[in-house]
Amino acid sequence: MQAYRSLFLTRFALLLQYRAAALVGIATQLFWGVVKVMVLAAFFSHSDSTQPMTLQEAIGYVWLGQAFIVAIVPWSGDREVQELIRTGAVGYDLLRPIDLYNFWFTRALAMRTAPLILRAIPILTVTMLILPLVGLAEWSLAFPPSFAALAAFSVSFIGAVLLSAALTMLLTVSMMWTISGEGVNTIVPPLVIIFSGLVIPLPLFPEWIKPLLNLLPFSGLLDQPLRLFTGNLSPEALLGVLIHQAVWVAVMIWLGRFLVSRGVHKLVIQGG
Amino acid sequence: MNAFRLYLRYISISFKAQMQYKVSFLLQTIGHFLVTAIEFFGIWALFSRFNTIGAWTLAEVALFYGMVNVSFACADALGRGFDVFGKTVRTGDFDRLLLRPRSTVLQLLGTEFTLKRMGRFSQGLLVLGWALATLQIPLTPQTGWLLSASLVGSVALFLGIVIMQATLTFWTIESLEIMNILTYGGVETAQYPFSIYSQWFQQFFTFFVPLACVSYFPILAVLNKASAFSVPLWVCYVSPIAGILFLLVALRLWKFGERYYCSTGS
Repeated sequence: MQAYRSLFLTRFALLLQYRAAALVGIATQLFWGVVKVMVLAAFFSHSDSTQPMTLQEAIGYVWLGQAFIVAIVPWSGDREVQELIRTGAVGYDLLRPIDLYNFWFTRALAMRTAPLILRAIPILTVTMLILPLVGLAEWSLAFPPSFAALAAFSVSFIGAVLLSAALTMLLTVSMMWTISGEGVNTIVPPLVIIFSGLVIPLPLFPEWIKPLLNLLPFSGLLDQPLRLFTGNLSPEALLGVLIHQAVWVAVMIWLGRFLVSRGVHKLVIQGG
Repeated sequence: MNAFRLYLRYISISFKAQMQYKVSFLLQTIGHFLVTAIEFFGIWALFSRFNTIGAWTLAEVALFYGMVNVSFACADALGRGFDVFGKTVRTGDFDRLLLRPRSTVLQLLGTEFTLKRMGRFSQGLLVLGWALATLQIPLTPQTGWLLSASLVGSVALFLGIVIMQATLTFWTIESLEIMNILTYGGVETAQYPFSIYSQWFQQFFTFFVPLACVSYFPILAVLNKASAFSVPLWVCYVSPIAGILFLLVALRLWKFGERYYCSTGS
């Protein structure tokens, strides 16, 4: 356990070094958020029927999505590990006296949490506190409606981080099977982007597709925690969210472990 | 050999190089297609719930969407050399370009014609075709001029932005991804008609970065909506020229920046 803790802290500290890139990222995310907010506001302003979420909830959902985009959304596997697999340097990792899956999973956890400090906190500060001050209150991220909502969000967020790390691992180890790793790593991220609620909030999708969206693992990454935060989903729904996340985390970790052990079994390291 | 023939030779070498990895090329193209198709799926989903956005229908928004994506895909494929210019400067490779008796702009344009952008291009073209068919836009000289001027203007504008981004590298060495706000962010923005955005936002993208001039105004005329938004019709016909002017300014800045280039020595 000590080893994993040190590894996590080292990776975490390393990932905090990219501050200039984070600053640019924050500006980009804020711009994206503003465009999305204006588009949604335009859609809502010409609609007289009631929608499954209010404009305020939708705006909050967009901002939270922008805040957690780099942390939670598994855009890719762990590129450094993929490079190790490709070059054969993975042999060094195999020599370590710890479990290979756990070792990489710890790295993935650091990768999915470090951006929370560099990106999420500044974006949340700007959208929650600064936007109302400069007279853009209707575009700002509203506080959760109750303490229970905030608590439910926080708990489900831990589930989201685990789910994200497990999915990152699947992308990473797919490299053991395809060498170039491009297949899975090209097809999965677009699915994550749309089915986690990043393109448009999932509640705004047509009703007939929603059961499927809720069933897929991706809604546990952003959609359900975000709805708990904005109050679109009442805190009582937390248990269901957690079960959904836990089942998918278990499935993905099992699959990831299976792929790693099979991968190691057939691994041929090119000398040289 | 004249500049254009030389450019074609660059491109044909670039084609051959990219075709060495056929599976990789195919997968990346599919990936690009998917990423952009998903964006349109999102727009479709919103329309299926709200029916309209202000005075605009899905087919009309699809026209904006298709035009901007097709143009951006072209500009992105052409301007790859400028896009990765940060690396060229960091590694000192730019010194080699300076030694050759040809303009650096030509050489950088010829660096790579990125074929995988076909993904975005073909997806945009499909949406554009669907929009034109659904709206039953007649093929008259007017619409022909408006659409092609919009295309050329947009490609020039996006190229100009990428060149400006590269120009900044002469001073910063590091590549500044902040310009992505104007390229990718610009595409995201111009997928919807500008009338839905705030006033200051529209003004920024009309007078500062003339994105509305190359995409919004000409399409407004194609849809016969210029008078409804009190835009003079002649503005719609000439505004795409702003994209060319933007590119010319960017090229001047490039020439200026080049004089300040100081090799990293690596």
